[in-house]
Amino acid sequence: MNIHIKNGRLIDPHNNIDAKQDVFIADKHVAAIGKAPQGFVAEQTIDATGMIVIPGLVDVAARLREPGYEYRATLESEMEAAMAGGVTSLSCPPDTDPPLDEPGLVEMLKHRARLLNQARVFPVGALTRRLEGAELTEMAELTDAGCKAFSQADAALTDTRVLLRAMQYAATFGFRVWLRPLDAFLARDGVAHDGEVATRLGLPGIPVVAETIALSTMLQLARETGAKLHVCRISSADGVEMVRNAKRDGLAVTCDVSMNHVHLTDIDIGFFDANCRLMPPLRSQRDRAALRAGLLDGTIDAICSNHSPVDDDAKQLPFAEAEAGATGMELLLPLVLKWAAEEKIALPDALTRITINPAQLLGVKMGHLSAGAHADVCVFDPAATWKVEPAALKSQGKNTPFNGYTMQGRVRHTIVEGKLAYSL
Amino acid sequence: MNNPQLNKDGELQHLLTTEGLPVRILRNILDKAGEFVNVAEGREIRKVPLLHGKSVFNIFFENSTRTRTTFEIAAKKLSADVVNLNIGSSSTSKGETLLDTVDNLCAMHADMFVVRHSTGGAAHLIAKHVAPTIHVINAGDGRHAHPTQALLDMFTIRHYKKEFHNLRVAIVGDVLHSRVARSQIHALTTLGVPEVRVVAPKTLLPTMVEKLGVQVHHDMAQGLKDVDVVMMLRLQNERMQGALLPSAQEYFKYYGLTQERLALAKEDAIVMHPGPMNRGVEIDSSVADGTHSVILPQVTFGIAVRMAVMSMLAGSDQ
Repeated sequence: MNIHIKNGRLIDPHNNIDAKQDVFIADKHVAAIGKAPQGFVAEQTIDATGMIVIPGLVDVAARLREPGYEYRATLESEMEAAMAGGVTSLSCPPDTDPPLDEPGLVEMLKHRARLLNQARVFPVGALTRRLEGAELTEMAELTDAGCKAFSQADAALTDTRVLLRAMQYAATFGFRVWLRPLDAFLARDGVAHDGEVATRLGLPGIPVVAETIALSTMLQLARETGAKLHVCRISSADGVEMVRNAKRDGLAVTCDVSMNHVHLTDIDIGFFDANCRLMPPLRSQRDRAALRAGLLDGTIDAICSNHSPVDDDAKQLPFAEAEAGATGMELLLPLVLKWAAEEKIALPDALTRITINPAQLLGVKMGHLSAGAHADVCVFDPAATWKVEPAALKSQGKNTPFNGYTMQGRVRHTIVEGKLAYSL
Repeated sequence: MNNPQLNKDGELQHLLTTEGLPVRILRNILDKAGEFVNVAEGREIRKVPLLHGKSVFNIFFENSTRTRTTFEIAAKKLSADVVNLNIGSSSTSKGETLLDTVDNLCAMHADMFVVRHSTGGAAHLIAKHVAPTIHVINAGDGRHAHPTQALLDMFTIRHYKKEFHNLRVAIVGDVLHSRVARSQIHALTTLGVPEVRVVAPKTLLPTMVEKLGVQVHHDMAQGLKDVDVVMMLRLQNERMQGALLPSAQEYFKYYGLTQERLALAKEDAIVMHPGPMNRGVEIDSSVADGTHSVILPQVTFGIAVRMAVMSMLAGSDQ
């Protein structure tokens, strides 16, 4: 279908565009920017007056809960959430049931996602079988099936020799290894950042050294093996500093942070608010400031939603018993806009963290609107304010620490592969 | 952040923690408890009809003898109907959630819940969930809080020391796992005790404990020097397994309260313990049974303090 998006402010960070430009879409791709190509006849026109037109968002961490956890969320519900959030490409961690450790599972997930015709799904395969941290998965086969990287999700990999072998094997083929740094022993039983708040509330803590010790191991093994390491969901000031130094030393390491950690700290737990029970845990104000500084200087490459739908029953429990996780895809754009406004960052710069940068982390050709690129577009109203109300969220997961917050910036249209998939 | 314990008039709606309680309310509870305990007559406590017709449900998800019993006695002295439920951890494995249990008990017309749970925040969760006519008393949640224990400790201190503003208090032992210690620290600092110390090896102290307003000591001799009050904590046997301590013997040698160590405190120092005691682990029998010990009066005062809390909560309905 031919779509003409007119009168909008186009921001395409990758192409250094921030101007009032029309976008012309034909045959699933961007046909032209600015001026209509010859003979272009629009079948659909989107009037984007007062709105901002950007590449569709790329979210590197969105749990879809399929297969296995359909009581928490289904592909249908979470794809709708992606569309409402302007997320046109997402990668899902392998911690499903069964985990994404076999090509057949990955193919089935991709097939199911394709039938829905909404966001593109780029699965992250399991690094070890059943995520048990003992045997390698068929990474090459999994890559053929569509996996873009390999990870343990939140499962521990305590055997460092297995980690070394896994990274060596991945490096053989140039596969990406995505790891969340957390020492399983130091984090055992922990539910909150080991600091003043956990001490006051008597919550078992997860110390910062649980992150930095695991991170140190990963960075050294990346150096040793040459594996393409991506550090997932960094949470501490000390961790950011280690990644910064590793990058400065020339290591090809990348890093992402969850939007929750860009905005919240352990103080938001208040009196045991289970919506703030997250993994990694919300840390101190000093850590949050360091995460923001890491985003500014490029130590941290991308912001993700870390979308993890949890059913209500699993949250209506005392804090330590509640399941970790929060819904997020629908809040990713407004929370990045909020961060940009607070830090006084120009929009084109800020938007790289949810468009071109995460696309490059995944090694996919999305995240920009060059002529000929995939026509994945998000059109949002930067002035629209709205209140986060659980019942109104499309995601089946209704829990978020941002319940009741007023957001500024709302997605109006989401286009995937040249097709208008969502309008508000 | 709203204080979930207070109603819109600033009166006590629930008792969940001593943290953030206004000093006015703390003092009211202690004064009210003083009305119930007639010390001159051998600490006898009279029966009064203040909770006549009310149902108090003791729901204990974790075992307890002393706390549950004193709550039961307190409620009966106030003429309430008391129902005891020892739920243990098995019921949750039967599939009923904490809030399901609470809903069922609400349907039985409970007026007040006394809750003990092994996880921090359980009492807060219940308080947030129930109708505004129902009151919740936290009888211990995980490592978080045990406010009535702390209040009876404050009552005991005031009974023997009269004032708070001139005291030096040492809390000795496993602060890391102790809900009692956390509640004591908040109560002591709120009531104006100028110097609260914690004394323990580093493995038994939580991160940044000094942020709670206490001085940190690792040496018993220094920690006990010139204190007016020694508050001992119970040491659970399982701490040896968690690589927190090498042995009970070594712990007693360096952190046990003996006559010799107690001599470093002020001459008229009092010794307290929330019970149950591990004699020969954290406290020597000669100290536990000695002239400085006020451990048994603590238990008696506990009834009066719990009566005070229950009657104040019921009174906030009027």
